[in-house]
Amino acid sequence: MEGSVGCDNDLNLRATELRLGLPGTEPVSIVRSNKRSLQQVADDDCGVNGCKSDDQNETAPPPPKAQIVGWPPIRSYRKNNIQTKKNESEGGGIYVKVSMDGAPYLRKIDLKIYSGYPELLQAIENMFKFTIGEYSEREGYKGSDYAPTYEDKDGDWMLVGDVPWEMFITSCKRLRIMKGSEARGLGCGV
Amino acid sequence: MQKEMAYSFPDEVLKHVFSFIQSDKDRNAVSLVCKSWYEIERWCRRKVFIGNCYAVSPRMVIRRFPEVRSIELKGKPHFADFNLVPDGWGGYVLQWIAEMAGAYPWLGEIRLKRMVVTDESLELIAKSFKNFKVLVLFSCEGFSTDGLAAIAASCKNLRELDLRESEVDDLSGHWLAQFPETCTSLVSLNISCLGSDEVSFSALERLVDRCPNLRSLQLNRAVTLDKIANILRRAPQLVDFGTGNYAAELQPDVFSNLAGAFSSCKELKSLSGFWDVVPAYLPALYSICPRLTSLNLSYATIQSPDLIKLVSHCPRLQRLLVLDYVEDSGLEELASSCKDLQELRVFPSDPFGVEPNVSLTEQGLVAVSLGCPKLQSVLYFCRRMSNAALVTIAQNCPNLTRFRLCIIEPKTPDYLTLDPLDAGFGAIVEHCKDLRRLSLSGLLTDHVFEYIGTYGKKLEMLSVAFAGDSDLGLHHVLSGCESLRKLEIRDCPFGDKALLANAAKLETMRSLWMSSCAVSFGACKLLGQKMPKLNVEVIDETEPPDSRPESYPVDKLYIYKSVAGPRFDMPPFVWSMDEAVKILH
Repeated sequence: MEGSVGCDNDLNLRATELRLGLPGTEPVSIVRSNKRSLQQVADDDCGVNGCKSDDQNETAPPPPKAQIVGWPPIRSYRKNNIQTKKNESEGGGIYVKVSMDGAPYLRKIDLKIYSGYPELLQAIENMFKFTIGEYSEREGYKGSDYAPTYEDKDGDWMLVGDVPWEMFITSCKRLRIMKGSEARGLGCGV
Repeated sequence: MQKEMAYSFPDEVLKHVFSFIQSDKDRNAVSLVCKSWYEIERWCRRKVFIGNCYAVSPRMVIRRFPEVRSIELKGKPHFADFNLVPDGWGGYVLQWIAEMAGAYPWLGEIRLKRMVVTDESLELIAKSFKNFKVLVLFSCEGFSTDGLAAIAASCKNLRELDLRESEVDDLSGHWLAQFPETCTSLVSLNISCLGSDEVSFSALERLVDRCPNLRSLQLNRAVTLDKIANILRRAPQLVDFGTGNYAAELQPDVFSNLAGAFSSCKELKSLSGFWDVVPAYLPALYSICPRLTSLNLSYATIQSPDLIKLVSHCPRLQRLLVLDYVEDSGLEELASSCKDLQELRVFPSDPFGVEPNVSLTEQGLVAVSLGCPKLQSVLYFCRRMSNAALVTIAQNCPNLTRFRLCIIEPKTPDYLTLDPLDAGFGAIVEHCKDLRRLSLSGLLTDHVFEYIGTYGKKLEMLSVAFAGDSDLGLHHVLSGCESLRKLEIRDCPFGDKALLANAAKLETMRSLWMSSCAVSFGACKLLGQKMPKLNVEVIDETEPPDSRPESYPVDKLYIYKSVAGPRFDMPPFVWSMDEAVKILH
C-alpha cells in the first residue's frame, strides 16, 4: 500500500512538477526556484485557465499574500526596526538569546510564549538540562549552583524574578545562566 | 611656431593648474588632450572614484595613478540592499587594501559602499597608512568591533569614522576606549548602526570632550535619552547630531535639562536617530527647529499630530525622512510650512500588511509638489496612485532630479481609472528634464518604456520591477536613454532579443542587473563570447545553468563593463560567461 501510494505520488509530481499553467505549455521562468514564493504574481499570470499551483501545496492552502523576496524594496535594518515596534504592540515574539556558562553555544527563546517566571525557568531547565534553585526575594536562588540573570535595557545584569513579569519581558534583552561562585554571590543573604 | 606655443608651459605650471580641477569628469577630459597632459595629470591625481570594484584591478589603478591619497570604491549591486544578491557574492576589499598598503603609503581616505570588509582589512588599514584620516563604511559588512578597535588605536589623526548602515558583529569590548588620549582630531563620528552592547558611554563622553572640532555625531540606539544632554553640553559646536533612543518617562528635570542642552547648540542644523520616540520629549527640540535643514524621523513611530506639530516649527527644512504615520494631513502641513523643501522620503510603517494602516495616499505627495517648488528628490512608498496625480506632480515639480515611487502591491493600476500608470510616469520623464534617477512601480506596459526612452535623456539610473509586456520595453530604454549608467530590473518579461540587439550599449553603462526575467543561458553565453569588454555573470543558487537546456532562462544576471577581465573571487553559484573562464571551471 505504501509503495503504490508512493508510485501514484511520483506520477502526479512528475506531471505537475514546478509548473504553472496547463501541462504542455512552456514552463514559466518565475517558478523554477522553490524558494521564491511568487504565487501571488503567478496567479495573475495564469489568467482564466487557472493554475496548477495548488499541487505544490498539497497539505496547506496557499497563503493569501505570499511574501516576495526583496519586495517592497526596504533595507533589512529598516524592516527590523519596524518589526521590533510591531512585536511590542501587536504581540509578535520577543526573542532573546540564552547563554549558560560552560555551554558551547547559545539558544534563543520567545518570552511571549510563557505566562510567568515558573514556566520560563522550567523551560530553561529543560533546555540546558540542569536545575535552578528555589527563588526567594531575600536570598535569590538557593539550592543550586546556577542563577538565572538577564541584561536589561540599561545594560545592567539583574537577577531574574525581582520585577513583575510584564516589566521583565519588555526590559529583558538577553538571559545568562550564571554558574559557580559568581552565582552564589547574587542575591544571597550574607 | 604655433605648435611650440602649446608646449611652452613647464610641467610644474600645468600641474598647478590641474590641481584646481577636482571633478573626475574634468580630470578624465584633461587626460585625453594629449600624451603629455595624460602623463602630468596621472601623476597629480589625488582622488580616485571606482563605481564598481570589479571594473578595474587594484594593480591597474596603482599603475596609472601612483600618488593617490583618497579612494572611493563600491562593491555589490544596488539590489543587494533588498536581499537579491546572495551572501558570498563578492565585493571584498582586502585585496585592494593589501595592494594599496604597498603602493600608497600616504593614502589618507578610504570610502567604501556595499563592500565586505573584514577585521583583517581594518587591521591592515590601521598599520599601513600613517596619515590615515577618513574611513567611511557605508552599508558594509563582515567586520566586528575588534577591527574598529585597531583603527581607533592606530590612527592618530583620524578625522572621520562613519559606519552608516553597516552591519557590525557584536563582540564585547570597549573599542571606543582604544582612541588614545592624544587623539583630538575627530570631526565626524557615526556609530548609529551599532547594536546595544558595543559602546562604552564614558569612553564616548571623554572622546567628545577632547575633540573640539567634532561637527557630526550619530549615536546608536542603545544610548538613552537622559545621556543626550551630557553629550550635547560637551559638544555645543555640533552641526549634525543623531540621537539614540528618544524615550523615557516624562520627568520635568530631564526635560528641561534636555531642552537646555539642545538650545546651547547654536550650529545644529541636522538631526537623526529618534528610535522609540516619546512624543512628550519632542518640544525639547523646539529651540533649534527654526535652524533645522535636515530631519530624519524615519525610525520614529510617532503619529501624525505630533509630526505636524514638530514640522510646523521647522520653516527652513530642506530634507525630511519620515514614516507614513505622517499621513496626507501631515504632508499637507509640511507643504504649507516648509517652502524650502528639496528632499522628501516617506517609508512604510507596515510594508507587509494587506490593508493600509495609515491614511497616506497619493494626495500627500501631490500636496507637497504643490507647496514645495524646490522639490528635487522624492522617495515615496504608498498603496495607491493615479495618472492624474503623477501628471500634477510632474507639472508642479519640473526640477525633480530623483523620483522613486514604490506602490507596495506589484502591478497596481491607476485606482481611479484602472489603467496602467504609463501616462503618469510618462509625464514625469517628459516634464522633469533633469531627471537622473527613476524607480517605477504599479501596473506598467511597454508604453512607459517608450516614454522613458524618448524623454529620459539625462536619466542615469533606472529601477524596474514587475513591469512591461515584451522585449520592446527593454529595447526602448537601451536604445533611447543616452545617459544611462545603471539599469536594474526584476520580474519583467524581458528576454534575449532586446539585450542582444543593444549589446554595444552595455559597454557604455556601468552595470545591468536582471533577475527573474526571461534571458536565456544561451544569450548570456553569446554576450560573454562577443563582448570581451563586458563581464557577464550568471547567478544561480539552485543548480549550474549548463545543467539545463540553453533556452532556459537564467535566474539572475549581472553584466558590467570591465578592463580587468573576469574576476577570480566568484563563489560557486556565480558563473562567468567569459570563454577563458569556462575552460577552467
